[in-house]
Amino acid sequence: MTATKVKNVNVLVGTRKGAFVLTSDTGRKKWEQSDPIFLGHIIHHFAADTRTAGVMLMAAKTGHLGPTVFRSTDGGTTWTEASKPPAFAKVEETPDGKKGRVVERVFWLTQGHDSQPGVWYAGTSPAGVFISKDDGDTWEPVAGFNDNPMYEQWTEGATPDGVFLHSILVDPRDSNHMYLGISIGGCFESTDAGASWKPLNKGIEAEWIPDPTVEFGHDPHCIVYHPASPDRLYQQNHCGIYKIDRPSDQWIRIGRNMPEGVGDIGFPIVVHPTNVDTAWVFPMDGTEVWPRTSPEGKPAAYVTTNGGDTWKRQDKGLPHKQAYLTVKRQAMTTDKQNPVGLYFGTTGGEVWASADEGETWECIARHLPEVYSLTVQES
Amino acid sequence: MKVRIPSPLRSYTKQQSEVAGSGSSLWEVLADLDKNYPGIRFRMIDEQDGIRQHIKFFVNNEETEKLDQPVAETDTVHIICALSGG
Repeated sequence: MTATKVKNVNVLVGTRKGAFVLTSDTGRKKWEQSDPIFLGHIIHHFAADTRTAGVMLMAAKTGHLGPTVFRSTDGGTTWTEASKPPAFAKVEETPDGKKGRVVERVFWLTQGHDSQPGVWYAGTSPAGVFISKDDGDTWEPVAGFNDNPMYEQWTEGATPDGVFLHSILVDPRDSNHMYLGISIGGCFESTDAGASWKPLNKGIEAEWIPDPTVEFGHDPHCIVYHPASPDRLYQQNHCGIYKIDRPSDQWIRIGRNMPEGVGDIGFPIVVHPTNVDTAWVFPMDGTEVWPRTSPEGKPAAYVTTNGGDTWKRQDKGLPHKQAYLTVKRQAMTTDKQNPVGLYFGTTGGEVWASADEGETWECIARHLPEVYSLTVQES
Repeated sequence: MKVRIPSPLRSYTKQQSEVAGSGSSLWEVLADLDKNYPGIRFRMIDEQDGIRQHIKFFVNNEETEKLDQPVAETDTVHIICALSGG
């Protein structure tokens, strides 16, 4: 991999109490933390547009107020609110008292295809897909999903916090080809820009569903495709780690190869920017009542460099005992440097970084609010 | 009429705690507010025209959950953000 000349790396941090930007020097050794942005607002996702310089979006709400999207077109110097945030279509209450859906949270943001500057997708709770064609200023429901005749069945399950639509993926080779994940619901695919969707869950286990061949109702925590080889997808599911090589429709549980005692439960999964067989996870304790903390209080990333055949523990620099970290699904990411930088944020308000592909880790921010999301902005 | 604005919504009103409103119903007052302070209504009222969970409206000293509640020019509309979170 050829070294890429980069000015700096910004890690955009979304937290339960606002957003922050961590800015590195060129060696990724020194980091500066910004003042809080929208202090007190719940920021589920915070991302910068890689197509249009200066465009940044935040999925936000507060404890009192409805959900919205904040947007900047000048690299975060100034922010405005979307003039039409994601919202389900207004429907009249039925005679039996059934009301229309209400967006409780904008949970996920994904920029559109490179050929469609200005396009963004949002995933919400309850499950919904929304599209903006003007850099996040106005949003419209994606009727092919939100009004799909199967919607009620697909979104029937729920986490204790509701149903979350996440992992909206746009194939870099084809803007019409998309994937998404629903917790709980499963992975779904569209080949017509969201006009229609079909489940893609064969091989995924769901311990709460007696029928192992069920088409949907699974719980993907995070789904990613490999940017250089988009037919390879990885999934960190509530029930294990999987990969799939399209056009196969069969997921393979590569987490079975994780060390016994650590298991293959977690929230995030991230991929190497160029090596299709390299991916990282951050396992959590999924036993008994599901603490969702580092197994045995010993946090570590695990990396595979062979598509999941084997996994290697990476914990140098991390606490070696009595550290019960939780890393949420949007809170782990990579940069595109050589060597690749890895980042994860914890619900305890720390951000950890590795400038050597996970071999060693350093805490680059602490005392933040609960970290919900990390994304990388490179310039 | 007077409309009292709670602190979480004052980013819309240039930090004013009280603004002038007009309308003959709470619905119209909120529409008028949104015209003057775009986006403020959606933070209080969802897309199905329901009052969000932690928002309360008082007309003078009386709480109302009806958006068609009549209001008079001499009334004061209080918007309250119920305590929540932590």
